[in-house]
Amino acid sequence: MKILVPVKRVIDYNAKPRLKPDGSGVDLSNVKMSLNPFDEIAVEEAVRLKEKGVAAEVIVLSVGPAKAVEVLRTALAMGADRAIHVQSDEAVEPLAVAKILKAVAGEEQPGLIILGKQAIDDDCNQTGQMLAGLMGRPQGTFASQVVVDGDSVLVTREIDGGLETVKLALPAIVTTDLRLNEPRYASLPNIMKAKSKPLATRTPADLGVDVTPRLATVKVAEPPVRGAGIKVADADALAAKLKDMGVA
Amino acid sequence: MREMTVLIWVEHDNAAVKDATLATVTAATQLGEVVALVAGQGCGAVAAAAANIAGVSRVLLAEDEAYAHGLADNVAPLIAGLMADYDAFVAPATTSGKNIAPRVAALLDVMQVSEILSVEGPRTFTRPIYAGNVIATVESRDPKLVLTVRTTAFAKAAPTGGSTTVETIAGPGDAGLSSFVGAQIASSERPELTSAKVVVSGGRALKDAATFEAVILPLADKLGAGVGASRAAVDAGYVPNDYQVGQTGKIVAPEVYIAVGISGAIQHLAGMKDSKTIIAINKDEDAPIFQIADIGLVADLFEAVPDLTAKL
Ligand SMILES: Cc1cc2nc3c(=O)[nH]c(=O)nc-3n(C[C@H](O)[C@H](O)[C@H](O)COP(=O)(O)OP(=O)(O)OC[C@H]3O[C@@H](n4cnc5c(N)ncnc54)[C@H](O)[C@@H]3O)c2cc1C
Ligand SMILES: Nc1ncnc2c1ncn2[C@@H]1O[C@H](COP(=O)(O)O)[C@@H](O)[C@H]1O
Repeated sequence: MKILVPVKRVIDYNAKPRLKPDGSGVDLSNVKMSLNPFDEIAVEEAVRLKEKGVAAEVIVLSVGPAKAVEVLRTALAMGADRAIHVQSDEAVEPLAVAKILKAVAGEEQPGLIILGKQAIDDDCNQTGQMLAGLMGRPQGTFASQVVVDGDSVLVTREIDGGLETVKLALPAIVTTDLRLNEPRYASLPNIMKAKSKPLATRTPADLGVDVTPRLATVKVAEPPVRGAGIKVADADALAAKLKDMGVA
Repeated sequence: MREMTVLIWVEHDNAAVKDATLATVTAATQLGEVVALVAGQGCGAVAAAAANIAGVSRVLLAEDEAYAHGLADNVAPLIAGLMADYDAFVAPATTSGKNIAPRVAALLDVMQVSEILSVEGPRTFTRPIYAGNVIATVESRDPKLVLTVRTTAFAKAAPTGGSTTVETIAGPGDAGLSSFVGAQIASSERPELTSAKVVVSGGRALKDAATFEAVILPLADKLGAGVGASRAAVDAGYVPNDYQVGQTGKIVAPEVYIAVGISGAIQHLAGMKDSKTIIAINKDEDAPIFQIADIGLVADLFEAVPDLTAKL
């Protein structure tokens, strides 16, 4: 079977976002950008399933501006076979991304679609669930283990109370959580090889998807800052503070 | 403006209403009349309890084996099918709310607004982005609203004081896509992390599971506290995944949050910086956690924490 892995180019998790002076959005010029960490985990999982002989081909897809190709190359260097870049200079919301993915899935017929649980820029945590809804396919979100077993997949999910396992009929949609795996670093030869792997360019329009945003950003602002507090000298002083606060 | 009618997802374990529901009710009442959906199996007691929540005007009870474990594949079509009569669907931003609500949104062709912090107008909300480093104000242009609620940002509705009736409804049942296999739910005498008044969290510095237990738990016991952890502590296997506090873990806002051997990465701060008082114990005086801590103790935790525990 084929596995489709949607990957997003986002601000690096170590970088701090700056606001545009007019408060209309976040200024991403000269900020380090990377493959969304959860998507890195998704690519790793897909590549491992290919290495185990469960999957035949791993296709990565990114919706975004020309530079989205950078994260596709990263995913190819990790072991994906080919890439699809869906070109859009404007930010595309999860619902529209899900529609694009549904259109591509219609062409490619993947047995599994593995997404990140969350893009660390918009923190939406929606796209995988939306895609599953649009396609009428089962979803296994926040996965910490994925075991393909014949025509179904067992997904262990990280939930608020602990862990839960569900069995999904294939084709299915899975979203990754942090404990699913530890993504590999691409080796230099693989980075070189990735440059010649196939990369197709598409547009939302040729996939028949209207990407007009449904949400308008009225403004963005910094959260209230917490001032630095005081230091206490030792455990005695801290114990006294806790007693003053009435919690001990 | 016409008041909206709002359908909310009642979070429960088929026995009791979870606290996250109460904050969801508060957020939903800011939009309009609140109707609570209890979907599950053998959950009549939950529906009865939901009918007592102040602010809930009606309770719908859908019982079916297919809804017993809250599988989104089965529950989302049930909710989407009801939405002809409602202007908004609101769920808590818990793992179950996050699992279900976007699927409902897709079925309604609506863009969800995730983890709202406030209701600014009938279609305008604030929400955190970039790990809470930025607060966006967004306005929905969709005909219906689908929202998840950051539960620490809204006061809890009173669990009693309301008195409405429970109406039984039937749903589409099993979509035949997935099934529940099993769960490992830790049962603990400790207060739940997301509703505890005091939380003690440990980080990578705690070395291993046994050390975490020996150092953190006695302090938590003395304070009647919930126990949390950084991602590093979870990844290293000191504690289970459901202890993780942060951008991609649990969001907590207790009266007192005590961070022990945690550096204060933005992803961790995203989950606890709305705590009323933050206390940090770290041996590195330059650790970023001290920039937001109200009370800091620069010390080796292996001495300071047992010392503190003994003094309480
Ligand atoms: C996509 C993504 C999502 C993430 N989500 C989360 C999340 O939800 N929650 C989260 O917490 N992290 C998250 N992280 C990880 C985050 O970036 C940090 O790596 C993590 O929070 C670090 O954990 P820590 O503070 O325990 O460890 P470290 O950063 O290693 O800090 C350990 C601290 O312990 C102190 N220390 C060491 N020994 C002692 C001692 N004897 N006494 C006192 N102090 C001592 C050190 O000075 C140091 O400050 C995420 C990362 C990514 C990429
Ligand atoms: N523009 C995009 N291109 C490709 N994949 C995306 C894009 N946006 C979101 N995704 C996928 O959807 C997941 C969840 O994103 P979100 O719903 O925005 O938090 C990400 O981890 C990606 O796997």
